[in-house]
Amino acid sequence: MTCLPDLAPGQKKLGLVIDLDTCVGCQSCATNCKEWNANGMSAPLPDFNAYSAGAEGVWFNRVHSYEAGEGAAGKTVHFPRSCLHCENAACVTVCPTGASYKRAEDGIVLVDADKCIGCQLCAWACAYGAREFDEDEGVMKKCTLCVDRIYNENIPEAQRQPACVNSCPTGARHFGDLGDPTSKVSQLVAERGGFELMPEMDYKPVNRYLPPRKHVVPEHSKPVEDAPTPMDIKSSLLRFMDKVLTR
Amino acid sequence: MKPAGSIVFFTVASGAGYGLLFWLGLLGAGGMISGDGILVLTVLGLALVLVTAGLCASLLHLGNAHKAWRALSQWRSSWLSREGVAAVLTYFPAIGSGLCVLQGAYGWAVLLALVAAAGALATVYCTSMIYASLKPIKEWAHPLVPAGYVVLSLFSGAALLATLMALAGEDASVPALQALIFGALGAGLKWQYWRSIDTARPLATLETATGLGRIGTTRPLDPPHTQSNYIMREMGFRVARKHAHSLRRIALVGGLALPALLAACSLLVAGPVAALLLLLATALGLAGLLVERWLMFAEATHTAMIFYRGT
Repeated sequence: MTCLPDLAPGQKKLGLVIDLDTCVGCQSCATNCKEWNANGMSAPLPDFNAYSAGAEGVWFNRVHSYEAGEGAAGKTVHFPRSCLHCENAACVTVCPTGASYKRAEDGIVLVDADKCIGCQLCAWACAYGAREFDEDEGVMKKCTLCVDRIYNENIPEAQRQPACVNSCPTGARHFGDLGDPTSKVSQLVAERGGFELMPEMDYKPVNRYLPPRKHVVPEHSKPVEDAPTPMDIKSSLLRFMDKVLTR
Repeated sequence: MKPAGSIVFFTVASGAGYGLLFWLGLLGAGGMISGDGILVLTVLGLALVLVTAGLCASLLHLGNAHKAWRALSQWRSSWLSREGVAAVLTYFPAIGSGLCVLQGAYGWAVLLALVAAAGALATVYCTSMIYASLKPIKEWAHPLVPAGYVVLSLFSGAALLATLMALAGEDASVPALQALIFGALGAGLKWQYWRSIDTARPLATLETATGLGRIGTTRPLDPPHTQSNYIMREMGFRVARKHAHSLRRIALVGGLALPALLAACSLLVAGPVAALLLLLATALGLAGLLVERWLMFAEATHTAMIFYRGT
């Protein structure tokens, strides 16, 4: 059914919390996501012209970089963009075949490729551009929140997280239950003032982003010229004079 | 949004077909399509050919057309599914009314044609709602979009019916008058629609899309990938922007105002001259609708592109 599941209070809502303060824009989340999902339940993730000009492909993570603010208060912010597993997922309700669905048990939005006819209406309905079309197979593909990792008992428990979270070298990506206010991710969101993207669309995304921390600019922060150490002074005469004058 | 040729053709062709089916039912019930059954069957046949050609063209847009039957299942939530169901259901009374004409059961034919007319209207409305329900595209999620689809479908259907009746030597003044009314209505509606989307506020900004507005004005620095991707090709189409105003004029004047004028002229003359005028009006109208529908896509903007372009 492409009707959205009714949400009970305290319903499990699995999602990501992405820290824009610590993300360095290294693309490792995007790369590891591609690696895992090119072999996982959404496989393959095709590339077109992979070895020539105009190479492109299906990726579930896209890391943008933005400049925000002006002058000393301005920041360069790296911004990973992926499916937000919205509560009010229009990509699900527009689907004519029932291929696109939101799981009642954990809120993950998935595509059943066997049912997908490739009408691409879901990609049009997604405000965030999270869905990318597999032009080889003619079906829509999207982030699965690594549903084939997080419940996978064949891999070590510590690694039962989305590939993007596992690979992040700065720990900027967190995974957990955002429906549970006591969970680590929920507390992180509360602590850091996590926010949702494009709230005016009313899609109620589950994923949250943590704002860059306030940059503390010290007062009188004029650069100070380094004083030369005695070791920097090569001439023995100058070294002697430096010693005398310093005294 | 990238205009898909298959969908542009589909909405114009099946829109005209359903418009024709609508007027056939309505004017047939009013006893305004007289003469033998051949005219009625020709009109019905053309309507079904247009509708079917359009629906077949729409399948070309699918990545997996062989599974298209699945699209009839989710009518509870999806306007695309509702459109499919309405389209399939409309075939039954339409074909049934044709069979009744063949059998000489005119009373039943009129009744079924009326049901088909209702189905035709419902199908066009569902088509329009596919677009009107897409919140991230402000040019589509616009209250004038459903009205536009319905009015333009009724305009092209009336023009086609008037042409066929005039060619058959019948008095085509009633459908010609409908073509005039709906052509003028369509022109006014599109004019208003274009004025409205030109001054519409953006749905979201880069500041709200990234949440970085709390720091200050935000602008793109580095793109996430050096080459294009599906999102940029599908949602980032902007070829038409340059020619939008001349294309609008072509659609408005050539596709709606001029055909309406020709339909009005046809009311003043009779016989082959009226048929010729109506034929010209229909040809212009359908060509203009192709331009209008192409623009409908090409001028549409998607919030996903805010992440790439900043606006």
